Amino acid sequence: MSDEGSFYQRDRNWHPPAFSPQYKTTVLRSPQYPLLSLEGTVSEMTGPVFGHGKLGALDNDLIRNYAKTGDPIGQRIIVYGRVLDENGRPVPGALLEFWQANAGGRYRHRKESYLAALDPNFGGCGRAITDDEGRYWFRTIKPGAYPWPNGVNDWRPAHIHFSIFGHAFAQRLITQMYFEGDPMIWQCPIVSTIPDRAAVEQLIAALDRENTLPMDALAYKFDIVLRGRRSTMFENRMEGN
Amino acid sequence: MVQKLGRLKESPSQTAGPYVHIGATPNWVEITGVWKEDLGLVLVGPETKGERVVVKGRVFDGSGTPLKDALIEIWQADAEGLYNSLQERRGQADPHFAGWGRQPTDGATGEFKFETIKPGRVPYKDGRPMAPHITFWIVARGINVGLHTRMYFGDEETANAECPVLARIEHKVRVQTLIASRSEENGIPTYTFDIHLQGEKETVFFDI
Repeated sequence: MSDEGSFYQRDRNWHPPAFSPQYKTTVLRSPQYPLLSLEGTVSEMTGPVFGHGKLGALDNDLIRNYAKTGDPIGQRIIVYGRVLDENGRPVPGALLEFWQANAGGRYRHRKESYLAALDPNFGGCGRAITDDEGRYWFRTIKPGAYPWPNGVNDWRPAHIHFSIFGHAFAQRLITQMYFEGDPMIWQCPIVSTIPDRAAVEQLIAALDRENTLPMDALAYKFDIVLRGRRSTMFENRMEGN
Repeated sequence: MVQKLGRLKESPSQTAGPYVHIGATPNWVEITGVWKEDLGLVLVGPETKGERVVVKGRVFDGSGTPLKDALIEIWQADAEGLYNSLQERRGQADPHFAGWGRQPTDGATGEFKFETIKPGRVPYKDGRPMAPHITFWIVARGINVGLHTRMYFGDEETANAECPVLARIEHKVRVQTLIASRSEENGIPTYTFDIHLQGEKETVFFDI
C-alpha cells in the first residue's frame, strides 16, 4: 500500500453539479443516484507516468506545431503557470494537454459547424509536462468566442480547455481557462454551472503585462490546483508537512 | 482569529466539451503531424505479461442513446496486481504494461474498445484483496465532472463476492452495473461493459 494518506474529499459544492439544466446537455447525462463514497485505494492513489520523452519540440507551441504556410492569424499569447496541490505544493511531472478554437472561434473538427473560417496554420492542440517546480508554459493564439447550440443565441467566452494528469488517478481533472476582462464569462451557461463566483474566478487567467514579450505576445498566468492529500506525520514519513 | 490552514481549493472542473479529442487524440480526429501518436490507444505489446482480453462497451444517456463524443480512460494493475506508477510502493510493475489506456467512443456507433490484459488483484485499504477490476474515467460534453467507476469481471464470481468495495454497495441490485459479461470473440475473451449515465440501469459511480 501507499505510505501517504488519502486525498482530501472533493468539495462537490465547489465543482459544478452534474445536473445543471441551463446547460442542456447535462440533463440526460447526469447521474441521478448519489455517488458511492470510497476512500482511495491503491487503484485511485496511483496514476500513469508520462516522461518528457513523450513530447516533441513543438508540442507547447501552437503557433508553430501545425503551421503549413506561415503563422496562424490572431493575437499571439503566452500562457504560463504552475500546477499545485491543495497544500500549495508544486506538482512536478504533471502532463497537461490543451485544446482550443482558433482566433475566429472555429475548432478544427469534422463536426464543427460554426461558419467562421478555419485557419490553415492552426491545429489547436498542445501539451506540456511540468518541471520540478510545477511550472508549465506554452505559446498560442488567443481563441475567439463562438456560438453554440444550447439556447437560441448562446455564446461561449474565449477559453482554452485543459486536461491534467497529476500523480494519482484520483487527481484527474479537465477544466477550462478563461481570460481576464471578458464580459462574456458571466453570460455563459457552462461557466455558470459553477455555483460559487470565487470558483469561477479561479478559472480566469490574469493578464500579466510584466511577462509579455515586447512587440510579440501578451502573457496570461493560469495556475491549476489539483487535489491534496493527507500528510500526517508518521514515523516512516518524517518530512510531514 | 484562529490560525489559517492555508489550503488552496481544487480548480473547479468544466465539461470536456464535444471536442475533447482535439486535445486528447488529435490524430484520431485528423489533426495530424502535431504529434506522432496519440497517447493511450495501445496498451499491450508482445512482451506484456498476462491474459489478453478485450473490453468493450458503450455509454448511454438517460434516453438510452449511446454517446458518440465521449472519451474513456482506464487505469488498471498488471497481471500481478501492481500499478505502473511512481506511487506504487509494493513492487515493480511489468515495464511492458503502462496500465493506462484512452479511447474515444466511435463517432458512428458509440462503441469503445480496449485490447488489454486481465489485471491481478490489489489490496483494499485494510489489506483484504479486492476483486480484479479496471478503473474507468468518463468525460464528454454535458459531463461537468469526470465520472469514476470500476469494471469487474463476470467470470470472477468468488472474488467479486468477497470484494470489499462491491460489498459496500447497499443496493445489491446495482452491483450488476459494475460487472462485465464475458464472451469469446475470435477466440479472445471479451468483456462487455455498458455504462448508463441515468435510468434504471444507472451505473454505480464513485466519489473517490
